[in-house]
Amino acid sequence: MHGVPRQLAKPKDEASIAKSSNLRSLQSQLLDNHHNKIYTKEALESSSKLLETNPELYTAWNYRKLAVEHNLGIATDQDSIKSILDEELRVVESALRANFKSYGAWHHRKWILKKKECSSLDREFKLLDKLFKVDSRNFHAWKYRSSESYSYLRYFSRFVAELNNVPEEEELKHTQCMIDMNFSNYSAWHNRSAILSHLVGQKAHGFISKEEVLTDEFELVHNAIFTDTDDQSGWFYHHWLLDQTVAQDAPVLVSSWPIHSSELIVSLSRNFYDPLLSPSTIFCSDAQTFPLILYFSQAVEGVSSCTVSVEFTFCNNDDLIWRPLSSNKSGKSKAWATYLNFPNREHHSLKVYPVEVSVGHSPGIISSSGFNCSFPLDFAFTVGLQSIDQNVAEGAETKMMVWENNHFYTNESLLHDFRPTILSLDRLKITKDYEPTASKWHLETLTSLIDLFRDLSDCKIGKLTLARLLTAHDVMMSYTTNSVYKKVNFDEILGLFSDLMILDPPHSRYYKDQHSLVLMEQVTSNRESLAKHCWYYGDSTSDLQKFVCLRLNELSISRLGFYEHILWVQMLDLSHNELQSVEGLESLQLLSCLNLSHNKLSSFTALEPLKQLKSLKALDLSYNEIGKHSIDTTRYLCSSPLSHSLEDGCNIGDYANEGIEVFDYWETVLFSKGLQLIQLDIVGNKVSDEKFRALLLKLLSSLKWLDGKSVN
Amino acid sequence: MADYPSIDPSSFDLIVIGTGLPESILASASATAGKTVLHLDPNSFYGNHFSSLPLDHFSSFLQSHSHCHSQQPNISPPTSSSNCLHLKHNNLFSHVHISNPHSEYLGPSNKFSLDLSGPKLLFCADPMVNIMLKSGATYHIEFKGVDATYVYRGDGDDKLMTVPDSRSAIFKSSVLTLKEKRQLMSFFKTVQEHILELEAALTSNEEMRRARTISDEELECPFIDFLTTKGLPSNIKSIILYAIAMADYDQETPLLRKDFVIKTKDGIKSLALHNMSLGRFVNASGALIYPIYGQGELSQAFCRCAAVKGALYVLRMPVTALLIDKESNCYKGVRLASGQELFSHHLVMSPSFTVPLSSTISSIRDVQGDSSESSSRSDVEGLVARAVCITRVSIKPDLSNLLIIFPPRSLYPEQMTSVRALQLGSGLAVCPPGLFVLYISTMCDAVAQGKELLHAAMNALAHLLSRKHESSTTMESDCVEEDGPNFLWSAIYVQELRKGSSEIIVSCPTPDGRLDYRDMLDSTIKLFHEMYAEVEFFPETEDAENAENDE
Repeated sequence: MHGVPRQLAKPKDEASIAKSSNLRSLQSQLLDNHHNKIYTKEALESSSKLLETNPELYTAWNYRKLAVEHNLGIATDQDSIKSILDEELRVVESALRANFKSYGAWHHRKWILKKKECSSLDREFKLLDKLFKVDSRNFHAWKYRSSESYSYLRYFSRFVAELNNVPEEEELKHTQCMIDMNFSNYSAWHNRSAILSHLVGQKAHGFISKEEVLTDEFELVHNAIFTDTDDQSGWFYHHWLLDQTVAQDAPVLVSSWPIHSSELIVSLSRNFYDPLLSPSTIFCSDAQTFPLILYFSQAVEGVSSCTVSVEFTFCNNDDLIWRPLSSNKSGKSKAWATYLNFPNREHHSLKVYPVEVSVGHSPGIISSSGFNCSFPLDFAFTVGLQSIDQNVAEGAETKMMVWENNHFYTNESLLHDFRPTILSLDRLKITKDYEPTASKWHLETLTSLIDLFRDLSDCKIGKLTLARLLTAHDVMMSYTTNSVYKKVNFDEILGLFSDLMILDPPHSRYYKDQHSLVLMEQVTSNRESLAKHCWYYGDSTSDLQKFVCLRLNELSISRLGFYEHILWVQMLDLSHNELQSVEGLESLQLLSCLNLSHNKLSSFTALEPLKQLKSLKALDLSYNEIGKHSIDTTRYLCSSPLSHSLEDGCNIGDYANEGIEVFDYWETVLFSKGLQLIQLDIVGNKVSDEKFRALLLKLLSSLKWLDGKSVN
Repeated sequence: MADYPSIDPSSFDLIVIGTGLPESILASASATAGKTVLHLDPNSFYGNHFSSLPLDHFSSFLQSHSHCHSQQPNISPPTSSSNCLHLKHNNLFSHVHISNPHSEYLGPSNKFSLDLSGPKLLFCADPMVNIMLKSGATYHIEFKGVDATYVYRGDGDDKLMTVPDSRSAIFKSSVLTLKEKRQLMSFFKTVQEHILELEAALTSNEEMRRARTISDEELECPFIDFLTTKGLPSNIKSIILYAIAMADYDQETPLLRKDFVIKTKDGIKSLALHNMSLGRFVNASGALIYPIYGQGELSQAFCRCAAVKGALYVLRMPVTALLIDKESNCYKGVRLASGQELFSHHLVMSPSFTVPLSSTISSIRDVQGDSSESSSRSDVEGLVARAVCITRVSIKPDLSNLLIIFPPRSLYPEQMTSVRALQLGSGLAVCPPGLFVLYISTMCDAVAQGKELLHAAMNALAHLLSRKHESSTTMESDCVEEDGPNFLWSAIYVQELRKGSSEIIVSCPTPDGRLDYRDMLDSTIKLFHEMYAEVEFFPETEDAENAENDE
């Protein structure tokens, strides 16, 4: 039982000594009988005595199962079969009296009931009724017992209900009863959500209109929340309902790179700059290749040359390999990428080639909840290849990336430069028959909920729910409105999460993450706010180097999100934040310079997403917490280190031969595999010592600068 | 005279006349304390004004105990060593009106068990319940829960509103808005916190006392003001005051008598009692319970406890006179109708009897400054109007045992007191199956006022019943009963309220106008301690502990 301190072991009195010796002898008897396959009446009796005192003894239950099988085999008439089974039920009942929560006993009962083939299920219901009542009647420990034992009873009654074909509607009523009795019942709410999803999914009678069901359920859970704002059992249900209200069932393509009707120039030189072209449509690539990225509203699987067709002069669609951009190995991802190649020819200069992409015309792109991508979509862009101008290439060698403020500048032309790039979402929308999915009902529901919870905004649940509702409202509005909807609630939502961080310190990390996500969205969701964070990198007087950097530094961000708005980013400054992970960053396939300095990253495992960034050249990891914690706690969050080596086919032994202490630094070794970094800053981390730097130089052969110093 | 048995021994520690509830508790407590007790009752049944009677007995008891039927006591000659004071019957009832329009539906009279002083209920956590557990009276009595409590609202379509008195009731309530639910629940939480603090304060130091949720000044101020400061809307205030704290008088009238104003601390005490009552017993879904076979069972249960502890019981034994010692002018004993004289140190009398103030005793009184003339009348401290009705239809079709509260001003603007109505069904063995008994009562200053209130409440109930009746007859097409009146039988009467007193003899209080027995029990305990200052009232025993654990 929760909250009940463990009793100190009392000195054994004689009675308990006698009891334990008795138990011990019963136990050895049982094992004896078990080994020798003795299933006589006497042997069974001794085992039942044992189980009635200690129902947790699984061996004894198994022994009884064997005995039943054996005795049923030799039983001749119906009566003796019945008496064998009835005896088992009796033993279980008295065992349950000893320990109400013995799984062994419940399982045994299930097993027997299956044998009996539903002959006396009425009796089971009576037993359950009895137990439910036993449970609710003790007025001293009512709360503990009801919530705890409920799940055990549910577990079993669900089984009996299945045997007896009790319709789910009845089950739903039962959860209603339990909730009416005492709504602090997590299991009942949970069970309700499970049954309802099924009923609504099946479109069962009376559950056809999801809207009606949800409206009723909202009313029910509001009663619980408003009656007792401190009781958390209803919160989860409310959260679930809100998800049901807001969530789009079908995955939708929300963003891509390159975007529709853009004119991409792939440059083979880092230093290419044409003042007539917008810097953001240039992609610098060493190889003659560029990525094509699709970003969906939810994680999907099945993106392949069958479901997505790409028409590009130099590529055969069937040869394209689509890769999920995700650090987990589930094969599902919001972001998918393929690489398109120019053939190795020399002069295509100034000639542009069309690329046409169509997504979702044949089924197969499926969300994790099993819905097909339902909005087929086409988009097209052009691409040209800028070959190396020998003069330029020789004139300006690659320079070290410096993240200091004086290397960034801004001017009015920036906003203009960005027009075609950001908000690719709108671009997609224009080209397709994207049906607004937010109905009047959704918006009305959300609006009335928002009004309701404003009254409750003096307590935790009120604030949290209000923040969620306002977020959902913004999302809904953006679905409905065809033109760009400017989300209006950001400041209020941010305020609510800030309040919650103070109000509820134990969960401040969660609120912080939510706050960060909202902040990310606020920054990235429209051109004006995004422009405030975009800077030119380089010397304002020189025309030569003009790269655009998205600077999200010093924002106290702890979690990243809304990558769909920033797929175009090639330089990203995330320094001076509170990042512990960079999950999802792998979507930014164009990223070549990344600043993660002054964050809270604690291991290379946490940086695993970066391994998928094929274009990454400069990485600043300085002043993080790598090596600070002797035990890497994020390792358990990331996929197993073993999976790296298996996947990569990396031969760790090779390194070992070169005198690298692989086993001290396996993380680092695995991380640096596949990265082609030219510049790395690692200073200010615990791990960074001379030995480690030596290791890095060995691992990263392309490295030119380490911690700001040129590598010879 | 030959019918009366002779009683042996002839001397006791305590003689009790009348088996009303306070008398029975005193007899039982005294017997438990080891006193020798003789308990007499002129009636053939237990309970006196607290008893539950068959229909015909009920009517005749009302008639015979009302003002117009004064009995002349037998006069017997004084004996040599004592002066005789003849007991006078004191009729508590007046203005009895019984109407009997449809007796053909009633069935046999003995299928009824009607309370003389209804409606009365017990809270599960009532001190009365605890005393019964301690005394072992619970062995002789069984209870059932009242299914629901409703508040009557003069306006609105649904005139009966479920009282949201618990967390789950608030959750389920369809009448309260979400905001009101929150207000009410957070008020309950404040009260709960205060109660926990009080408990903690018993064991801890001054420091703890200071950090109170509710300040001492607040505790002394009127409860209604406290509710107002908590920002509760008037409908919720009314629910808390009249349907949970069970206030008898309109708390919002500025002219209210001071002793009728409920202080915050008392209001909170009532809420605490209510709260502790919820869920205490398995068979009670709400806070209130009622004894099966009627409240007369309570007196009887205590009498049985007393008998178990050695008290001697003689029913059908009238007492004709008190014996007064000639020398000391002190009470000495009683003379029975049989002529036998019995002696005791103490005497407890039911409020049905008064001692006519003869010269001998009045001389003592005169010393104390009491005027002899006023003493018989001044004891009456108020009136309670009661009604009992029998119906064929339940007010709520699916429930049979329910309490309905008509808060002040709900029936008509001049209504200054709460009217409470309790409907009981055959499940409690108080009437034959298919019938229901309704008890209604209200406090009043004057007979006319009381009767007006009762009639208004009865009309409101009749209206509710006829609506129910219509809908049920339209549904059952084969039911072709003519539209008869809603009450098959009804009795309306007014009862005097008297406090208990202990001067020369102990006189017990009459049934009061409260819903529960708390006040009655308090004054009974007081009377007990006035008799036996040093003796504990039902001391804690091992037995009682076990009894509670068995629940």
